[in-house]
Amino acid sequence: MITVEGLTKSFGRQPVLRELSLQVATGSITVIIGRSGGGKSVFLKHLIGLLRPDAGRILIDGVDITGLRGGALDEIRRRYGVVFQGGALFDSLSCHENVAFPLREKLRLPPDEILKRVEGALGQVGLEGMGAKLPGEISGGMRKRVAIARALVTEPEIVFFDEPTTGLDPVLVNTIHHLILDLHRRLHFTAVMVSHEIPEIFEIADTVAMLHEGRIAEAGPPAAIQASQNRVVQKFIRGEPDNSEER
Amino acid sequence: MPERPLAPTLRPFDAVGGWTIALLDSLGRFGTFFAEALGAVVTPPFKFRAFIDRIDYIGYRSLLIILLTGTFTGMVLGLQIYLTLVRFGSEAFLGPAVALSIIRELGPVLAALMVTGRAGSALTAEIGIMRITEQIDALTVMALNPMRYLVAPSILAGLVTFPLLTAIFDVVGIFGGYLVGVKLLGLSPGTYFGEMQTFVDLNDILTGFWKSLSFGVIVTWVCTYKGFHVGHGAEGVARATTQAVVLSSVLILVWDYFMGSILQ
Repeated sequence: MITVEGLTKSFGRQPVLRELSLQVATGSITVIIGRSGGGKSVFLKHLIGLLRPDAGRILIDGVDITGLRGGALDEIRRRYGVVFQGGALFDSLSCHENVAFPLREKLRLPPDEILKRVEGALGQVGLEGMGAKLPGEISGGMRKRVAIARALVTEPEIVFFDEPTTGLDPVLVNTIHHLILDLHRRLHFTAVMVSHEIPEIFEIADTVAMLHEGRIAEAGPPAAIQASQNRVVQKFIRGEPDNSEER
Repeated sequence: MPERPLAPTLRPFDAVGGWTIALLDSLGRFGTFFAEALGAVVTPPFKFRAFIDRIDYIGYRSLLIILLTGTFTGMVLGLQIYLTLVRFGSEAFLGPAVALSIIRELGPVLAALMVTGRAGSALTAEIGIMRITEQIDALTVMALNPMRYLVAPSILAGLVTFPLLTAIFDVVGIFGGYLVGVKLLGLSPGTYFGEMQTFVDLNDILTGFWKSLSFGVIVTWVCTYKGFHVGHGAEGVARATTQAVVLSSVLILVWDYFMGSILQ
């Protein structure tokens, strides 16, 4: 269970998160939606311990990670897998080496076990035989899939996805979403995903949370969010322009 | 609560105070970064593959520029010193004059400046791009220390490669002086090298060695720091790269003066 209580963060005089609170159930897929520049990625960076809040708490199975540093924070991070917005693949390493990297450096598995797991992970994301290629030699969709394989190869308990489908065509968006759903069914991880993909995310999410002006405007099952009477939520999921009320 | 605007007479003090705090803040971060890097250098696990990669990146790939600049520096020195010495009838001292200038001063400084321009800038750009494409964040969230993978191997490689590149610069520089003094201007090889053995001692060689060793630390420290603390986007990387080269070059010259004073 991930519990966020009163998370507050400002950059200089610009408040980004304002007493944000949210609960993520173990084993669920929670999707954070909201306008660009609304603080979704900043919120995700707090969850993975890359940013520290000005106030508030983040509890991972009851442990407050906001005060943790060094080895104690790394202990929590060992349970994480993270898919970054741009993939964040190491561009000097091949796709195979990228997926093998956390197994070799984080889990220190023997080479034959690493080989077996990497081939399995690349197979799961439909990239058999592509391991020798460098990230710069493959398409954006393939890079996202390699990033997902790298995040999941260590079989993490909690996986964070930062806009995993941004910039992809609709077919690839669906492919990636179904891939995540399929892997989630098999591996039973807790997923927190930041996404703009409306309405596609309603098919894969257990919970959808709308972030607006630094707070969760509304959170609930996809059907409840789609039927919400909240004007902000409705405007966002219908994609209405800012000046629509004036017309 | 909104802050009250300052009285115009106080604004210069506010600006100086803000600038001083920013300077102290950056110096503190610069020092902390080095302490963290040293921690990663002296504690296991040691990333041997990354270290070898950095030796190739900083050392081997700088070899050509060191050979070229070393040879021409020696040739220029040979010509200019010969033209000066011949006025006093002391051209026999060309060998020691070239050797001492290169071994004590020009070898370590020019080799370090050349490596800064070639490898230091590339180091900043590479780490900077890793920062803006979240590759460093990826290492962090894997519970791995980026200092151990990116900074410690670079500093260790600097310690190994700078003295070696300086030694190569010294040898080809002395050879460049030989080409001009002996082959072009007709000095005898025995005079050129014989007098050199008389005047150059171990202390001169050690002076150059200690300088090159410290320049290796300075350049890799500055360049990795600037890469780690890069701004946003391509402009941020470009600015960090320029700052890394300028700061490294200035620090090389300033530190060279202090080392020269200490190691007389």
